[in-house]
Formats: sequence, structure tokens, C-alpha cells
Amino acid sequence: MHAVELKGIVKKFGDLTALDHVNFDLEKGEIHALLGENGAGKTTLMRILYGLYTEDEGQIRINEEPAVIHSPKDAIKLGVGMVTQHFTLVPTLTVAENLVLGESGSIAVNLADVEKKVAAASERFGIPVNPKALIKHLSVGERQRVEILKALYHEANVLILDEPTAVLVPQEVDVLFEALLRLQKKGLSVIFISHHLNEVMHICQRVTVLRDGKNSGTVKVCDTDMKELANMMVGRENFGVKRQDVREQGKVELVIEDLCVTDKKGLEALKHVSLEVHRNEILGLAGVSGNGQAELSAVLCGMQKIASGKVIAGGVDISHADPNCVCAAGVGRIPEDRHANMIGEMTVAENLILDQMNNFKKNGFLDKGKIQKNAEELIKRFKIKAKPQDRVRTLSGGNMQKVMIARTLSQNPSIVIASQPTRGLDVGATDYVRATLLEQRDRGAAVLLLSEDLEEIMALSDRIAVIFEGKIMGILSAQEATAEKLGLMMAGSPLSPERQAA
Amino acid sequence: MTKLKIERAAAPGWVKPLIPIIAIPVTFLITSLVILLAGANPLQAFYQFLVVPLSTKSSAIEVLVKSTPLLLTGAAAAFAFAGGYWNIGGEGQLYAGAIMAAWVGMVFKGVSPWIGIPAMIVGGMLGGLIWAFPSAILKVKLGVDEIVTTLLMNSIVTSVVSYLLNGPWRDPETMWPQSPDIDPGTVFFKLIPRTRLHFGFIVAVVVLIIIWIVINRTGFGLKMRAIGLSKEGARFAGIKVDKTMLIVALVSGAIAGLAGAGEVAGIQFHLIDSLSDSLGYSGVIVATLGGLNSIGVGLAAIFLGMIDTGAQTLSRTMGVPVYLGDVVQSTLLLVTLSLFLLQNFRLRRVK
Repeated sequence: MHAVELKGIVKKFGDLTALDHVNFDLEKGEIHALLGENGAGKTTLMRILYGLYTEDEGQIRINEEPAVIHSPKDAIKLGVGMVTQHFTLVPTLTVAENLVLGESGSIAVNLADVEKKVAAASERFGIPVNPKALIKHLSVGERQRVEILKALYHEANVLILDEPTAVLVPQEVDVLFEALLRLQKKGLSVIFISHHLNEVMHICQRVTVLRDGKNSGTVKVCDTDMKELANMMVGRENFGVKRQDVREQGKVELVIEDLCVTDKKGLEALKHVSLEVHRNEILGLAGVSGNGQAELSAVLCGMQKIASGKVIAGGVDISHADPNCVCAAGVGRIPEDRHANMIGEMTVAENLILDQMNNFKKNGFLDKGKIQKNAEELIKRFKIKAKPQDRVRTLSGGNMQKVMIARTLSQNPSIVIASQPTRGLDVGATDYVRATLLEQRDRGAAVLLLSEDLEEIMALSDRIAVIFEGKIMGILSAQEATAEKLGLMMAGSPLSPERQAA
Repeated sequence: MTKLKIERAAAPGWVKPLIPIIAIPVTFLITSLVILLAGANPLQAFYQFLVVPLSTKSSAIEVLVKSTPLLLTGAAAAFAFAGGYWNIGGEGQLYAGAIMAAWVGMVFKGVSPWIGIPAMIVGGMLGGLIWAFPSAILKVKLGVDEIVTTLLMNSIVTSVVSYLLNGPWRDPETMWPQSPDIDPGTVFFKLIPRTRLHFGFIVAVVVLIIIWIVINRTGFGLKMRAIGLSKEGARFAGIKVDKTMLIVALVSGAIAGLAGAGEVAGIQFHLIDSLSDSLGYSGVIVATLGGLNSIGVGLAAIFLGMIDTGAQTLSRTMGVPVYLGDVVQSTLLLVTLSLFLLQNFRLRRVK
């Protein structure tokens, strides 16, 4: 029995065909992954199912009946719930209040009654939440649970999760998966949108892969492997990055000494952190999200004040430097949040010179010709899919990241700070970014890679440091590092001194 | 049955420049009601606003006279807004420039125009700059909202002008609350004899050209635009946000001050209470209608100048309040802003 069937769905945005006769079916009680690169059409397809968009052509059937869905209200009535990447909860209201928000009916709400119902639902579905808690006091993982509970509370039997793990730390992912498996046993059908192949392999029964708005195939997880899925997604087999053997260490280029940082809330985010990054190496900094990586990256980018300690880049003290001086000291920065750190409304050409405009002046005026040429060259060299005059806002995540990388690396920095450089990127762009970092290392740059993706750290790093609650737990060479050792350190147990690498 | 549904969908890029043009008929539709209430025929009124001002040479020149200060206050607002600084204090900065100009005109006795006119320009700019400074420094150093402080500075300057005109600067002969006439050497010369069109118009056009070049062709312009679009992104790129914003705020003030100097040196020849009659606030309308760019600001200022001129003849010939012009201008701003917002949505028919 099919819970959902989508047949021959076509959706066009202007000249762009986002979905081209796409078919998709979801069995009752199955967890079905929808896989694809950024822009493959996954989210568009699901938005049609949830009534946020209307299809231009095609048919929707729910529980074997033709269905007309023109708004989320229609979808909810048919038992379809969706949890988007950006949550739609009101932070200043309680869990219970959020759950009944938008319900029509009487004006007066009996809150105690609602809270009781929510508590009962929470228990029945095995999703522990406190109905009286204010949303703003909840962590991201807890908010997501509230979103799921909200859908279930409205009697969803089909749940769409749009990249649910992108916002979660690894432990929260486990909790989410447990809850999903429990709900599956109770008959819930789930559509799971993701980039992460291992998550898909882990939790789903079937996978439908989209490529460029078309079906690339639907397979059972037990009949496939990650390589095949990656191949279906990108149309080529290129998964993972080959790494080299032991390499010679160069001179020390970046020194972080006894660094302490206090975050916005006044808490100690970094506690006496000391690290050295050599020329010709990638030092990977692993750790669960929120353990001080963001603050370390901000300090090294010149965006955050430090409480005490020292940062020395190529012999220059940049402990208290602004972004300008940091760049001048030869630090190239690939920041965590590319949206906030570029000017979306400006063109690619303008963004590419924004931190080095003095190189593009002639007689005090901007040299338009040189700016254009620079953009054309970098677009070619870094394989950016855009024109110089395109606004950065209109680019895909991968191309936006390439613009950032192009700007940074075109200045040949001696140090590269890459913070979550592949987060949210599709497989093709991820490979490209990783290969670029290796290229920088081979060129002689000292690369500090901050990443929550352990696979990425293991694949690229020459040495691996682990950060936990703002402290460095230890440093291992790539040869010594195993997922188990790193996992222990990420969970807060320091490396014993005799195993510490030099 | 068909229903209409609103969805979020940005309009194509070519819609944006058309918005002020679409806004005009919409505004006239809305204001027809008010004009009817005032006892005039709307069609006749719009004829007065749009056709009559340009129908004779002398009234066309008068339109340029009216638009001269608007070009400057519009340029001041557009420059600040483009740099992400919401200067609503054009009115106050204009008066501060006028005070300085009146003072220059009193102090520079018997000078040649070669000295007097540049002194007027520098004085006006300095006045506006000084008046813009407190808000700018509060914004940059303490993060105080400049919309509030620049607006409040407008109220303060009114009292300063009132004090000067009723106290130390009161004309000793007539005892009118107005400052003594400025020295002939500091008067902005006429561009066309026997009209009120003066050198200030050229100053305004030159200012518009200069700010266009600065915004679009210089590193400073790129920096200020980056700040205007995303402070965080600008800071990350190593742009000194505070310093740049301070300069933008002060330059904007100086341009508005120039408008005040022009009114004193070209039209009134002394400082009076009702020198501006909200020219500074109209600058915000001009900047918004003009889409923050120089050509747009130029057209918008002339358009508002037409409405001002038309409102005066309308009031003379049909006996309706001259403030109808203000109603039309303010409605136009509201309609334009609404349209800028509404272009992000579209209506769709749902079966």
C-alpha cells in the first residue's frame, strides 16, 4: 500500500525546469530517502507535496486516492506533515502553545488541557518534551523534536524531514534516529531528505535519487552501497579523497598560545588553547559542534576579541588585529557562514575584490576593466558557475563557497583557516573544496581545518587535534588516529600523555 | 470556483525602476478623494500639478528653483541611505547650514564674489556637518539609533533658529524676526536674469554628479555600499565600518547644509524661520523615489518641484489649501514604499 505517490510531476520557475516528470512513491511504514545534490529538486518536490508550491503537471495520490493540495492546510488534513530546515516555532511561546497555534476553533484556549494532551502525545510517540518549556530555552535538537511532535499531534502519518541532521550535533542525530525508528514501528511513513550517504544507508529502506530535476533511480538500501549512490547523484564515481602517506613537516607558520576567549553570553568559550600549524600541513580540528570551534575561527578571522593569550601568524602578532591586518599577515579565511560574510546583493566581481580593493585602483578610481578581468579569471580558475555581474545571492551554496574560496586563495595566503568549508555543499562541490585545500597544502600553506565531519578530518589532515568544551583534548598524527580514539576525545576524555604526538 | 492566493515571489528585475512611475497614477487616484473634499476638481488639480508647471517658460524655471534644495536634500539622504546610515536629519542639517551661511553673509563685508560664494559653500557644508556630527558619533561609538537622534536634532535646530532671530540676529531696523541681509558679495548669482534660478542649481547638479562618481567608481563607494548591504560582510572583508559610516554621515550632513546655504544665498538673502518648510523631510521622499541613485534623485526632485509649483497656482486659482501638494507628496512616498514591498509577492488564481 502506498502512503504517497507522485506521478510525472513538472514544476517550472520561469525558464528553469526544476522538476521534469518526476515520479516518487512512499510505502506505508517505510523510511524513504530523497537524495540529490543542491538544486536537484528534492526540496521543490517536497514543497509540492506539502502545498507550498503547486505542480504545473502531474498527479498526487495519498493513500491510493487522488489528492489536491494547494496549501499546507490541505496537506495537514491529508495527514502529511513537514519539518523544514528553518523551524517555524515562536520562541517566546511554550511548547504546548506552539502546538495548538493556528488551530481554528474557540477563541479561549484551555492551556492546562492542551498541556495535558501534549504530554500524553509526547509519551505516546516517545518524543520527550516538556509542554511548559519556552521554545527559546530549548536546544536546536529539542526544537526539532517539538516540530516533529507538532506534525504528529496534527495526526500526520507521513512525515517529511528536510535535511533534519544538518542542524544537529552527532548525539542529537542518534536521538532523532531512535525516535524515527520507534515511530516507524507504529506505522509512520517518513521521507528523509539528506546529503549524507551514511545516514541514508543507516536509517532508510529505499532511496530515490534526483539529479538535475529528473529521476536518477530508486533503489533498496540493502541492494546498494555508498559508491553507487554517490554515482547516481553526481553521475560519476568520485567519492572520498585519496590521501598521501607520511609527509615532512615544514616550519611553524601559525602559533596559537594559551588563548582564552569569552563568548557573547559571558561564558568561557576557549580555555587556554595552544596549537601550532606548520607549513605544508593540514591540521584538522575535530569536535562536536559548539565546543569552541566557531569562536576560534572568529578570532583567527579577526572578527572576535580575545580575553588573553596570543596568536602569531608568520611572525606577526595578530592577537588583537582587525580583519584587515589579519589578511595582511597572510591569513586566508574561509568562514563558517558564507551568507553573512559576503554581500549577497553585490555582484560576484565586486565580492571578489572586497577585501583587496586597493589592488584594483587607478588614479584613485576603481579600475572596472581590471575588476572584470579578475572576476573572469577567477571564475575560470575556480570553476564557478556564474557570470561576473551575477549577484552572489542568486548562486547555489557551492558556487557561493567557490567565490569565497577564490577571493581568499587568489591572494596566495601563507595560512588558510577553513571553517566547516563543505557544510551544506553537494558531493561535487565538496570534492572540489577538499581537493583545493590539499592543493594549498602542497603549495606550502599552513592549513587549519575546523570541521564537524570526522570523515573529512580523517581524509584530509596530517595531524588531528580534538576540541572539547573549549579545551584541546590532544593531538594525533593521521596514522595514529582512528575513529574510536577521536570519538573518545570528542566525548571529553583527554589523550593520555604517553600517546601524545610530538 | 476560483480563489486568489498571495505567494512570495520576487518580481523580475525590470519591475523595480518602473515602480515610481506606476506609483504616480495610483497616488493620484488616492489623493483625488482629498482633493474632492477640499472642493476642487481632481482632474483640474492634476492638470495644475503635471502640465501647467511646464507649460510656460517662467513656471518651468520656477520648477527648477523649487527643486534646487530638493536635489541637495535628496542627494544627502540618498548618499547616507546607500551607506546604511539612516539620516532623517536633513531638515536640521539644512537649517544649520543656513545659520552658518547667514553668519558668513554678515561677517564677510564687501567681499568679491570670488571669495564670498566659496565662503558660503564652505560655511553651509560646515554647518550641516557640525549638526550631523553628534548623531554620527553616538551611532558609531555607542550604537545609538541614528533615526531617532537625527530626527531629534531637527527639533533642536528650530529652537536655535528661533533664539537667533528673536535675539541677537533680529533685524534692528524692521524688528522682524529675520537676520540682517547678507553681503552682496556672498549672494549666489542668477543663472537667468529676472528669475529666481540661481547658482545653487549648478551646485546641486555638480553634487549629484560627484556622489554618483564616488558611490559607483571609487573604493570608498564600494566600501559604503558594502556596509549599506551587509555590515557583517563588510567587516569580514576588512572594511572599517565605523570610520566609513562616520564619513558617510558627515558628508550627508554637509550636502544637506549646502541646501540651506543655497536658500539663504540664492532666494531669501537672510535667515528666516520658515526657510525650509520641510525640505529636509522631502529629501527622504526624493531619495526613496529616486531609488538612491543620482539620476533618479534628479528626476524625483524635479517632479516634487512640479507638484510644489502646481500646488501654489492651484491654491491661487481654485482657493484650496496649498498643503494639498504635501498630501500628494506624502501619499506618493507611501505608495512607492508599499509597491517596493508588494513586488515581492504575486497573486495567483487557485482552482
